[in-house]
Amino acid sequence: MIVTVRLFARARDLVGADQIKLELPMSATAADLRTQLAIRVPALAGLLERSALAVDGEFAERDQLLSANTEIALLPPVSGG
Amino acid sequence: MIKLTDQPIDYGALTASVCRAGCGGVVLFLGTVRDLTGDVVTEALEYEAYPTMAERKLAEIEGEVRERWPVGDMAVIHRLGRLGIGEVSVAVAVSCPHRAEAFEACRYTIDRLKQIVPIWKKENRPDGSSDWVHPDAATVERSDQTRGPLS
Repeated sequence: MIVTVRLFARARDLVGADQIKLELPMSATAADLRTQLAIRVPALAGLLERSALAVDGEFAERDQLLSANTEIALLPPVSGG
Repeated sequence: MIKLTDQPIDYGALTASVCRAGCGGVVLFLGTVRDLTGDVVTEALEYEAYPTMAERKLAEIEGEVRERWPVGDMAVIHRLGRLGIGEVSVAVAVSCPHRAEAFEACRYTIDRLKQIVPIWKKENRPDGSSDWVHPDAATVERSDQTRGPLS
């Protein structure tokens, strides 16, 4: 399945786009997505470790199964307020 | 009331909006853009959000606060976009029957916002350089610790 990951802040700068599409197997987890992201964009690897993934606006656990028609976002450490 | 805005925050109106007859304590917190962080001079901050999730997390925080303290009303506004020194980036207003609760509830709200709400700031420096601020957990913990006066 193809998933689209929204990118923010330094993640967007490192990738050079505000979203990235990845090909993942049907039973991929959030952890698998991180692995693929690090392979696709090696420069993202360090930030990725410190970042959260969100699926449909909720923080995702590492072993959470992903599906195609959801909104996925990569959230670097937040600095609001 | 929870809002993300690109406009200057009317914190006077915000404070007035949470006043209630049964609430003797009203606390307003303003986060403002500081000119120095350590040795680093700031010229401006840029804030961006993942809007749908940010609003959702702010609503969750309001739920947490209302569960723990007797809140008359509360309001949070976060500003996005480019802000200069002294401008208000965030305002949190809370009313409670008594002041102890109002202070605690307001403090909790801003502390939680800084932990879980998907908003990011970018430091812009006078030399034209800029960096997104992505603190590690240890940094967040240190700066959150309550300090005594003059420490």
